[in-house]
Amino acid sequence: MALASVLGIFAHVDTTLQAIRELRAKGFADLTVYTPVPVEEIEEEIEHVRPLSKVRLFTVVGGVTGTATGFFLTIWSSLKWGLVTGGKDPVSIPPFVIIGFELTILFGGLATLLAVFLLGRLPRIRQSATYDPRFTLDRFGVAVACPPDRAQTVSALLSAAGAEEVRR
Amino acid sequence: MSVGLPDRPVTWADVNKDVERTVSMPGNLYFGWMCIVALTLFAGIVAWTYQIYTGMGAAGKRTPQMWAMYITTFVFWIGIGHAGTLISAVLYLFRAKWRTSIYRAAEAMTVFAVMTAGLFPLIHAGRMWFAYWLTPYPNQRYLWPNFKSPLVWDVFAISTYLTISVVFFIVGLIPDVAALRDRSTGVKKKIFAVIAMGWEGSDVQWKHYRRGYGLLAALATPLVLSVHSVVSFDFAMALVPGWHSTLFAPFFVDGAIFSGFAMVLILVLPMRYYFNWYPYITDKHLDAMAKLILVTSLVLTYFYTCEVFTAWYSGDHFERASVFAKATKQYAWAYWLMYFCNSVVPLVLFSKKARINTVVLYIVSILVLIGMWFERFNIIVPGLGHDFYPYTWGTYYPTITDSTIIVGSFAWFFILFLGFIRVMPSLSIVEVKEVLPHPLKHAVHGAHHGGGH
Repeated sequence: MALASVLGIFAHVDTTLQAIRELRAKGFADLTVYTPVPVEEIEEEIEHVRPLSKVRLFTVVGGVTGTATGFFLTIWSSLKWGLVTGGKDPVSIPPFVIIGFELTILFGGLATLLAVFLLGRLPRIRQSATYDPRFTLDRFGVAVACPPDRAQTVSALLSAAGAEEVRR
Repeated sequence: MSVGLPDRPVTWADVNKDVERTVSMPGNLYFGWMCIVALTLFAGIVAWTYQIYTGMGAAGKRTPQMWAMYITTFVFWIGIGHAGTLISAVLYLFRAKWRTSIYRAAEAMTVFAVMTAGLFPLIHAGRMWFAYWLTPYPNQRYLWPNFKSPLVWDVFAISTYLTISVVFFIVGLIPDVAALRDRSTGVKKKIFAVIAMGWEGSDVQWKHYRRGYGLLAALATPLVLSVHSVVSFDFAMALVPGWHSTLFAPFFVDGAIFSGFAMVLILVLPMRYYFNWYPYITDKHLDAMAKLILVTSLVLTYFYTCEVFTAWYSGDHFERASVFAKATKQYAWAYWLMYFCNSVVPLVLFSKKARINTVVLYIVSILVLIGMWFERFNIIVPGLGHDFYPYTWGTYYPTITDSTIIVGSFAWFFILFLGFIRVMPSLSIVEVKEVLPHPLKHAVHGAHHGGGH
């Protein structure tokens, strides 16, 4: 059965929070919350039931790859030409630490960027049906995906919580 | 133009409006400035073309000063970039709220300053079409860069710094461009829509965005400290008297932050005036930046003193002779100008009145930039001009070609920056809103100022 979506538009942080809590209490778990800025209270309310963001995993894998690449590149290429420069052994670790460090940051940063895009589903070609341009101004949105027969209940709930506007 | 604060608290919608104003069609004054900047840039391009055509002699390069004004200006511009990363990454991690209204402009400054700095090794190298030799790439002769050379470290440090600064900058721009997209029409909307990449501000997007932003800040923090340290190794690894010092890394980083904040003030003060951003960039912000300039100036003075002290205390004849020559011989004017601009002038900021007086701040900032340019000049030119043997001593004379290229580099920076502030949000909509009181229907006990910071 296809799900219906109901959108409530709110003007305040506290009313948005109340709506989220009440929806959760009634068993509606498939929520999308739109906010103009990240709001800590709302984030806590939604996130305490969800797993932590996986962005850090990307960062650490990127960073470690960078370190490994930096040391591999410097050591391997120095061995290709075993030339003594500056009176130092071809494989001298201290100067290679700099390359290893820079590539750690570079790969770690690029992997983080990739994670923000991949996990945040960016770029989006088509706008979500429940999006409203006011969500980048000063309005909050709570979109609920629910079975069509319960849409009426959700609408009533959103209005009761203080939604300025409810769309189905 | 109305100047001053509105008679009611700033709302979230005001922030959007105040930023949207800045991306509208600019007036004649703006185009007038752009023409001057573009002509200066053109002069710089002509001078570079002439240098490529005639050879490096046109730049006044002769022994002993084979590194002259180009490397001076390279270090200068890299230094300018540091304040932007400090504001966007380090102050973010410290949760300093005052950073929000200046960080976008500072970050743009970083990206453009590094783009300007990056030109100088190419200009300086002469045959810049072989610049790719510096990067490691597989080739049939199995030739690889010498990874023990500080100049190769520089290539890695600067290109990483540019890449990470651009990434940080773009990530920060996405939600703001989305806000502009939602309130514009026609072609403008389409362009913003492409740049915003369909950002909607949903909980899933914010969750990963916030985590990613924090991690980028954590990566950029050690990076910003490492970049100028690596640049300082270009000097410190050599045996030239006055260069061969373990002081150089912190000395360079501190000087970079010092000059960078001066540049932020030079850029932000006119923006505040012309865009009427008085509600966002307040006296508190100016005071905080002025204090940072003062602190970094005092630290710099300490390093200057250490430099002289170590030269004397080392008992090394060449170190002592180098400092003596800098302070008394043909470049003495540059040496004392540096002391005046970097150590004496910023002392005026001990006064609270001076810290919030825009005229004073502007003059101090310009003098700091001059002083910091001469600091690098004093390290490079007199340093190379007076090393171990009297028969290698010499004086460098600038030429019209290299001076024009350096003036042109400022035009290149300003054309990028002036262009940016009229097409992109140069005040962060999201971050400024975050520190404003969040809209609440039922007031809670105690003033509630948004979360996040």
